[in-house]
Amino acid sequence: MQRFFKKLSRRSEPYIFLVLLALCVLIEIRSGQFFTPNNIVDKLSALVVPGIFAVGAFMVIVSGGIDVSFPALASLSAFATTKLLLDAGYTGGIWLPILLSLVFGAILGAFNGLFIGYFGLPAMIVTLGSSSVFKGFMQGTLESKQLAVIPEGMANFGRSALFVATNPESGLTSRMPTSFIVFVVVLAAAWFILNRTMFGRGIYAIGGNEVSAHRAGFGVRKTKFFMYVFVGMIASLAGLMRTCMMTQMHPTNMLGMEMNIIAGVVLGGTAISGGAGTLTGCMLGTLLIVVVENSMILLGIPTVWKDVFVGALIIIGTGVSALQVARANRVAARKNAKEVG
Amino acid sequence: MGIGAKFGAIYRRDRHISRLILMMIVWAAFMAITRFDKFYTLINFQTMASQFPEFGLMSLGIMVCMITGGIDLSTVGVANLVSICMATLMKGMANEESEIAAYVIPLCFLIAILMGALAGAFNGLLVSKVRIPPILATLGTSELFTGIGIVITDGKAVSKLPRMYSSAINSKIFGLIPTQLVFFAAMALVTWFLLMRTTYGTKIYMIGTSSKAAVFSGIRTDLLLVKTYMLSGICSALGGMVMLANYNSARADYGTVYTLQCVLIVVLGGVNPNGGSGRISGVVLAICLLQMLQTGINRFPQISSYYISLIWGAVLILVMVLNYFTEHNIRLFKARRS
Amino acid sequence: MAQPLLRAVDICKSFSGVQALKHVSLEIQPGEIHCLAGENGCGKSTLIKVISGVYQQDSGYIEFAGKRFGKITPRDAIASGIQVIYQDFSIFPNLTVMENLAFNTELADGHKFVNRKRMRKIAEEAIAKINFDVELDRLVGTLSVAEKQMVAISRALMFNARLIIMDEPTTALTRKEVQALFKIIMHLKEQGIAILFVSHKLNEVFEISERFTIFRSGELVVTGNTSDLDDRKFTYYMTGREFEDKLFTPQNLSKEPVLEARGLGLTGFFDDVSFALRKGEILGVTGLLDSGRTELALSLFGIRPADRGALYKDGKEVRLKSPQDAIDARIGFVPEDRLSEGLFLPRSIADNVVISEIDRLANGAGVLDRAKRRAEIDRWVKELAIATPDPGNACLTLSGGNQQRIVLAKWLACNPDVLVLNGPTVGVDIGSKHDIHAILQRLANEGMAIIIISDDLPEVLENCSRLLVLKAGRVVKELLPAETSEQEVLSYML
Repeated sequence: MQRFFKKLSRRSEPYIFLVLLALCVLIEIRSGQFFTPNNIVDKLSALVVPGIFAVGAFMVIVSGGIDVSFPALASLSAFATTKLLLDAGYTGGIWLPILLSLVFGAILGAFNGLFIGYFGLPAMIVTLGSSSVFKGFMQGTLESKQLAVIPEGMANFGRSALFVATNPESGLTSRMPTSFIVFVVVLAAAWFILNRTMFGRGIYAIGGNEVSAHRAGFGVRKTKFFMYVFVGMIASLAGLMRTCMMTQMHPTNMLGMEMNIIAGVVLGGTAISGGAGTLTGCMLGTLLIVVVENSMILLGIPTVWKDVFVGALIIIGTGVSALQVARANRVAARKNAKEVG
Repeated sequence: MGIGAKFGAIYRRDRHISRLILMMIVWAAFMAITRFDKFYTLINFQTMASQFPEFGLMSLGIMVCMITGGIDLSTVGVANLVSICMATLMKGMANEESEIAAYVIPLCFLIAILMGALAGAFNGLLVSKVRIPPILATLGTSELFTGIGIVITDGKAVSKLPRMYSSAINSKIFGLIPTQLVFFAAMALVTWFLLMRTTYGTKIYMIGTSSKAAVFSGIRTDLLLVKTYMLSGICSALGGMVMLANYNSARADYGTVYTLQCVLIVVLGGVNPNGGSGRISGVVLAICLLQMLQTGINRFPQISSYYISLIWGAVLILVMVLNYFTEHNIRLFKARRS
Repeated sequence: MAQPLLRAVDICKSFSGVQALKHVSLEIQPGEIHCLAGENGCGKSTLIKVISGVYQQDSGYIEFAGKRFGKITPRDAIASGIQVIYQDFSIFPNLTVMENLAFNTELADGHKFVNRKRMRKIAEEAIAKINFDVELDRLVGTLSVAEKQMVAISRALMFNARLIIMDEPTTALTRKEVQALFKIIMHLKEQGIAILFVSHKLNEVFEISERFTIFRSGELVVTGNTSDLDDRKFTYYMTGREFEDKLFTPQNLSKEPVLEARGLGLTGFFDDVSFALRKGEILGVTGLLDSGRTELALSLFGIRPADRGALYKDGKEVRLKSPQDAIDARIGFVPEDRLSEGLFLPRSIADNVVISEIDRLANGAGVLDRAKRRAEIDRWVKELAIATPDPGNACLTLSGGNQQRIVLAKWLACNPDVLVLNGPTVGVDIGSKHDIHAILQRLANEGMAIIIISDDLPEVLENCSRLLVLKAGRVVKELLPAETSEQEVLSYML
């Protein structure tokens, strides 16, 4: 048991969890509103889109890359899906939109994967470029505009609720959107792929040491390529979920989300240099940012302070972990010296 | 040796820069053929020269950071925060007719530069002392600076500035050269001088190549990183002052696209994102190329200006792929000699 | 003689016109420990890559276990039982020991899904083969260098290896660990596994191998039994030159010490180190990898400041908190790892030479005096005979010996009173090594005080006027090289 705790204390997830918990308790004390059914449902519902994005961003960072193109990719794919179905007068359910956006996502992801995986170009530059290309294609070629109406099936899905939570005191209600299931499914699929398939272990292996991965027999190029395809599909799904939940298509309002998502992933203990990190941590980090972003009112702080808090959170969070790493290295060096000396 | 061979030799000396020049010539020729009288006018060039300094200045800052192996994503945040503060200050110092004394403008620039340096020093400390990876540290401060800007303005724009400021910056020197261009040129020259003619320049290239070897060579890496991010902060602050003049107002979310656009410019300009190499000539060329593309496309009303983004991304990827191929040739070439 | 396990016959390989291997042949018997030696760039790593299928030879053929391969592919090589352990061990620091051990097998078997039970079984079998005791769930990044190597060896053994190629396996090991490794190698030999051991360390070649082969510039120079080999022959075969060992005798000793340490210590690494160094003297410090010698070197340059004791420069106390402090006290430092600590490989030779003295080539505002810079560069390139057509070329283009000269030049340009060298000739060809020694001796005779920190005993015995032996962080003996022997020094080190 003691060993279990010792092992646990070496990981970063428990710390993030404690910080998150402390924040929640703080909000609860200030407002008495945090641990109410409707508020928790609100937070979880706000987690859906950033959560799905974070899963994709997480995979890329674990492989040693970085992706700044996912909001543009998601916008383009969601817009194309919505527009296509609108023009076709589609009236069916949610399945076709999901399928279609997965296909678009895969194609766009393959674009990233081609340059990063097969040409071996730096992920940061390629995704910067592709982000620009996707945006230009959406706004230029597709002449994207805000679509106030989206296909019935999508809107219904977006409005549908798994259950409705009511605050017993205030009577306020919050719907748990059905799209939460999509988030859970994506999370589960990503967990399975990363931990239970050789493809997923390959992503970790490449993030740890690309040359070794090649020598061990992993198809490095292929793994990277398919990972970006998969990440494209995940991002695209997030875009579709956002469109459904807003019941309208706003082509540009996802742009610029990339930085906060990446920050959440890294806050969750994922090494920016690749190879290390868990989905649990990634979700905790993302949730932390979502809670901070969405709890200003409960804390009685004007919402204009939101960015200040998120910024401070990123700086303090990454700063503490950077100092921790430095200290751990020093201790380890000394310990090794003692052992042999 | 014919003229062709001579050009070939010049081309090969720095393929990257040569390609940028080539692209610029092709685009200039294309504009000459298709829209000569609309593109090749003095006013058009003056307009271009007053627009690009905004992101041009910020790109200079990102460039120096990238040479050290870092990056500065907080440039736009710094620029907006500075322009908001200075706008507020100017309004505060104006009289009832919204007029300011002439000394206020240089005073504002001085404070702006100080603010930029301070913000940069904060970034630099986070990167060098706390050892946060630059991409995350500046991402966080970007959010922080933007946030402070929002808090100050309550998320709204600061407008109705004293007219004198905007008209001063928007004036033309000798009736010809836009003042914004002068700022950019001055800053570019300073940066060039620092990089190529001073010990500081040599040292930051060395840090970017290997920070470990730099420590072992007795270079004060921490101090130099702080200086570098300060330089970047100053560039951003000046960019913010230009933005303030061009928009005649300040707001926390102006120019948010500039962050990634500037990174793109710097990379396209041939700066190695891992640090240690890159030339200011390349970055200046990339800045001009972007502005020419943007303005050029605007001369075709039937083409959506959104295509800029598409072309821009495509150019970046194309250049990287071309570099990839030449690098492989170079590698073969080296193997032959060794 | 029995049928050889491996025969590489008449192998040629060239890269875009340059012949890296010229009609070389190599034979290895089953269960034999064979040492392949040669200077950097002699073609030994090219041959390894040909044998393991990474490169394809231009002509010649390879016979393994009686089967003849025209061109061997990596898959063939592994299937036939050839395994290579690279210098970096090809491991994943971010993953567990179990995964590191099992990945190759799992991938080779074409498994698409992770089966932890199966992987654990594979891993357990693997470590059992060499009686390696390690927790399978530990991250490999937290293991010591020797343990990482064990992981690599256990992994290599899983494919019914019959020939294991080890590329410079002892570089980062302590002496104890090297002995443990040699024991494992002997154990493998008993199982009939042949080992091709790549090394340029003389004592190892003598200690472990039965037969040896030496390459020089892509050609086979000699192959034979290790028992027929001695120091002099080995050096001659490696370099094609004969060297005269010139023992160093100080000529211009100053009266007062230029650098004096009193009770210097750094918690956990070394303690109570005292010495007085005079101008014109070369002081040797030797000890095992874990004796604290590296940390002592780093302390003398302010990188890991000592936390006890005092250091006096010209009789005045100096506190070295950073490399800048050391430079200000006119102490120069040639680090151990030339590639990562000493040089900026992609930068020009010129920049590398002047970087540490650069502030003196500028005016008060930091503006470079380009004429001065140019003059300095020309001076040092000439003085140290750095072989380059243009100092604007990148350091990458130079050989190891020339690179080490640049590191030297960088510090000589600062005009130090004291020069500390940590492992000055690690990875340097024997030829350049002698040249560097000559330079150091000349510098001492010109009045510089030099400290050589090294575990290369012939090096310190030949070049130092005094020798301190460190053991577990303490000076256990001070010796005069002229009156001692390697055996005696070793007896104090162990």
